[in-house]
Amino acid sequence: MTNLVVKNCGPMTSLQDWGRIGYQRFGVSPSGAMDRRCLAMANALVGNAPEVAAIEFMNLGGSFTCEGGDLHVALVGAGCTATLNDSPAAANTTIVLKDGDTLQVGHARTGTFAYLAVAGGFRIEPQLGSLSFHPRSRLGGLNNAPLKAGDRLPCRQDAPQGAPMHLPVEPPGEQGPIRVIMGPQDDYFTPEAIDTFLSAEFTISPQADRMGFQLNGPQLHHAKGFNIVSDGIVDGHIQVPGSGLPIVLMRDRQTAGGYPKIATIISADLGRFAQMRPGAPVRFRAVSRDEAVAAARQMKEWMAELPSALVPLRFDLTTEHLLSTNLIGGMVDALAPKAPDHTT
Amino acid sequence: MVLTPRFLPCGDSALTVEFGSAIDPDLNGKVLALDALLRASPPAGLIETVPTYRSLTLQFDPTVTDYDALTRLLEGASNGLQPENATGTRWRVPVVYGGEFGIDLEDVAERHGLTPSQLVEIHASAVYRIYMIGFLPGFAYLGGLDPRIATSRRTQPRLKVPSGSIMIGGEQAGIVPMEMPSGWHLLGRTPVLSYAPERDPVFLFAAGDEIVFEPIDAARWTTLERAALAGEPVAERVRA
Repeated sequence: MTNLVVKNCGPMTSLQDWGRIGYQRFGVSPSGAMDRRCLAMANALVGNAPEVAAIEFMNLGGSFTCEGGDLHVALVGAGCTATLNDSPAAANTTIVLKDGDTLQVGHARTGTFAYLAVAGGFRIEPQLGSLSFHPRSRLGGLNNAPLKAGDRLPCRQDAPQGAPMHLPVEPPGEQGPIRVIMGPQDDYFTPEAIDTFLSAEFTISPQADRMGFQLNGPQLHHAKGFNIVSDGIVDGHIQVPGSGLPIVLMRDRQTAGGYPKIATIISADLGRFAQMRPGAPVRFRAVSRDEAVAAARQMKEWMAELPSALVPLRFDLTTEHLLSTNLIGGMVDALAPKAPDHTT
Repeated sequence: MVLTPRFLPCGDSALTVEFGSAIDPDLNGKVLALDALLRASPPAGLIETVPTYRSLTLQFDPTVTDYDALTRLLEGASNGLQPENATGTRWRVPVVYGGEFGIDLEDVAERHGLTPSQLVEIHASAVYRIYMIGFLPGFAYLGGLDPRIATSRRTQPRLKVPSGSIMIGGEQAGIVPMEMPSGWHLLGRTPVLSYAPERDPVFLFAAGDEIVFEPIDAARWTTLERAALAGEPVAERVRA
């Protein structure tokens, strides 16, 4: 059996898949990958379905050895780079690990969350339908804990299948303000607070984790107090407690809460928002339900098309080639087949 | 009474059906009735429903169904909805009151001009309704506290209260599923684990269930705690 053995990793490194669905009624957070776009890309590179559990890195990377067989893995997100036995290995490609190889994943450079997917996924029993680690529920991961040095992650596949690939795509979506749908409790705020929310620049505070991102910026004033009878919470809800400073609720959030929620980030923009680093400026733009649904549809289609966007990694394209074409460290692609040039 | 719910958008993939703004058994009964209806015949694209005190949150796939289709369906379904009251399981939960098991019992009794045993008598003679489960896995928000012993929360919340704590805060009561921070008052402790990831069933209580507390002697704690840790429910089903 092939294992991926953790030599070291950051403290917030954990297994995450699409999340735990159906148990919020019992107080269990859905958890799941903070950026589903990058999880889906990493999985596509190793032939997995988009939602298969992978290793999620938050800011810090880690070091892993392959034990007992060969393994295809892929690293995507946050501009992370990797080395394979001290030689550069490209992100956004299938990385072939041989028995005994060491893969070193670097820290985040352009975002916060990166994903290391393994072909076939991990041979670990899901809990309540998911491998996603959630600290407060003591569920998921390997032995209900974040990953740590010495962990042996058993892999489902004993022998790599298929050819190494490269994924020359970027996630869809605009680069402008984060799009929101107003509500559910926008009527708890003064018109000035709504104006401020939609026009001011906020920054991501250092208090940003898998539960929520606190924002710094102008205070948003409540018109009807800041206590409501606790009601349901969803990913991307922007709640405003008594301090007037918004908190965006993320995957490890609680299932219900008693602060008014001024707006909700649309599903298509949640991954992009999750990658914003502390100190980064953020603005919000209210959109219609139609625009949000169109964006969700576009994201779903983009994910469905990932396998067909894969390009074989040609054997003559060594790591040095990849480096020289400036592939490593970003979504920029120099290897994609060029469109025919009709001007000549 | 005609009760028209409000529909609140929660992004593109969820909406909340709100029946009112109070903590009230009838409103909660409507929430649970609608929840039961949707679970019995889920519309296409519905992913998950989350019942809370006075509203039901629906998560859905916006590429399969949408807000307009769902609200039309929910409007119809909400007409003539009968509150689902006290149709859940009634559980008898053993509690050791006071002493190290309930360090606030004497103080709370004194605040209300009661003896500790009078407070226990009042607390243990009510039938509590589980309005919702939330905040933590298995944390049951209970209504039905006798108003005579309603007690505003501590000004300084404790960073840790032990698993199994039987607490009151304001007019609410609760059963603590695992060590957690809380500003509520600790009257006693039960060996019952409302949430145990390794046990089948993982969760004992559901929204709409009822709880009655049975004062027990501290001498029984160790045996019951061992049984609970071994996977027994310890709470007794007095009505299924």
